[in-house]
Amino acid sequence: MESYLFPFDSLICMLLGISFTVWFTLLLVFIIVPAIFGVSFGIRRLYMKSLIKLFEVSELMLSVSVILQRGSAEPEFDMSDIFYFCRRGVESIVDDEVTKRFTAEELESWNLLTRSNYNFHHISTRLTALWGMGVLIRYGFLLPLRVTLAFTGVGLLVVLTSIVGLFPNGRMKNYLSDKVHLMCYRICIRALTAIITYHDSENKPKNGGICVANHTSPIDVIILASDGCYAMVGQVHGGLMGVIQRAMVKACPHIWFERSEVKDRHLVAKRLSDHVADESKLPILIFPEGTCINNTSVMMFKKGSFEIGCTVYPVAIKYDPRFGDAFWNSSKFGMVNYLLHMMSSWAIVCSVWYLPPMSRMEGEDAVQFANRVKAAIARKGGLADLLWDGGLKRGKVKEVFKEEQQKLYSKVLVGSSEDRSRS
Amino acid sequence: MGSRASSLLREEDIEEIKKETGFSHSQITRLYSRFHSLDKGENGALSREDFQRIPELAINPLGDRIINAFFPEGEDQVNFRGFMRTLAHFRPVEDNEKNKDLTSGEPLNSRTNKLHFAFQLYDLDRDDKISRDELLQVLRMMVGVNISDEQLGSIADRTIQEADTNGDMCISFSEFTKVLEKVDVEQKMSIRFLH
Repeated sequence: MESYLFPFDSLICMLLGISFTVWFTLLLVFIIVPAIFGVSFGIRRLYMKSLIKLFEVSELMLSVSVILQRGSAEPEFDMSDIFYFCRRGVESIVDDEVTKRFTAEELESWNLLTRSNYNFHHISTRLTALWGMGVLIRYGFLLPLRVTLAFTGVGLLVVLTSIVGLFPNGRMKNYLSDKVHLMCYRICIRALTAIITYHDSENKPKNGGICVANHTSPIDVIILASDGCYAMVGQVHGGLMGVIQRAMVKACPHIWFERSEVKDRHLVAKRLSDHVADESKLPILIFPEGTCINNTSVMMFKKGSFEIGCTVYPVAIKYDPRFGDAFWNSSKFGMVNYLLHMMSSWAIVCSVWYLPPMSRMEGEDAVQFANRVKAAIARKGGLADLLWDGGLKRGKVKEVFKEEQQKLYSKVLVGSSEDRSRS
Repeated sequence: MGSRASSLLREEDIEEIKKETGFSHSQITRLYSRFHSLDKGENGALSREDFQRIPELAINPLGDRIINAFFPEGEDQVNFRGFMRTLAHFRPVEDNEKNKDLTSGEPLNSRTNKLHFAFQLYDLDRDDKISRDELLQVLRMMVGVNISDEQLGSIADRTIQEADTNGDMCISFSEFTKVLEKVDVEQKMSIRFLH
């Protein structure tokens, strides 16, 4: 009996071996090598464009089914048909970056990602099939791919920074450290399938300054750090984070505070100003809002970073919520859960704007300066609603969309009046 | 979302709007940010162009009618109070409507007021009657070029016939309400406002 199993055994092993090799070669060639050299094949952009088409198709299907849900017993035109268009219209008026993710219950699943509060009632077979395929692709293919990349990225970061740490201090070390950091962050970006557009790169932060950005998710750090080199600021953690932190600080001076030191504002301020005063050190990356916000309360920009008295480089980060929910409800989900959510979304699409540097003016105190910077960032990010198009030619598609809606609605009216005349 | 935006809205204003519309404090500040971001001219009021710049609204077949509903008779600008007053019609009806408006008997998001909002979308000349012509025009907006004039005409005729009870070939507000008495207006004309 056992002798029959042996040939199958080795066959299976061979197949597994081959598929793993192929898998890793593809990974290496298409993802890791470009990340090392900072080039891009444009695969992610292509992916993003096809996702947008997919979303539009599914939204059309969804609107059809909502209109069709009126039922056949009613007369063909109902004066209440207007409610549907009316509500959609007012929703778009109220719509902002956050509300967009909470549109009417029927439309919640239109980007084929139903997360918490799963109230998915059978709307149409085609939509269900699409959604099912989406789940398969996201969890069966994308998630393992991304997890592999994430491990690779983090692992390389730890190992390589430790190696760089062995070098004597000097230009060579700084150069290598920059390269290593950039490379690993780029791999992490690909691990999240983040498609980022950087605007106004001429305003990128320089040494001896502080970079200030609005904080919307934990991955903001990775997004900014894959386009430039920064000195990070944070609390010393234990566990895996601690290992990463200790390795990173060997390669270049990041600022990690012990838990006890964080309470001492003067100590914090002193360490920051010392770092900034040294021209050879990288710009500090600070998120003045502190921890992740869930966008329901007005955030105070903590004035500490603005008291130091150096040039501030504001950066605005804006996420497109259609592709994946980048917000972290830290009271509900832990970090690992959040990362899993991120990695099983379609993609993370965001835009980064580098704003011109600002300094504290005469007679302005830290709070006023902080508010000025915050207003500049908010203004830039707020304009993103209308600047989203980028190169996507959304305008053209939209006209077609209006006619499509009219066509669909007409089908409903005419279709049912045909039934009536037949009876 | 900038601090400049929220500093222009005073606490007294927020309280008044709260009483009039029933929105919560945080909803009002959030909607003020939205108002501010739509106000490109920065003059504290929105014009029709400001609304038309919203992409999703521009592709809505009834976009122009909805925009019109925000502007009172003969005016071209709507301030934040007016903006909130119109949006208040879409506030969901809560089971325990505790905040009874002191100045007028009925809250802005009552069933009657929601129906009145929809009625005004049809009533193009604001004469409190929906004539056959007006109904045709609105229907035409909703179907585009896909249905012939005759077919559309017969749909309009049928609708008026079924709704009109006093024989004046127009639909008044009470006839409109009667036709829609079985429809769940509260749910269909409400949108979710984040807290």
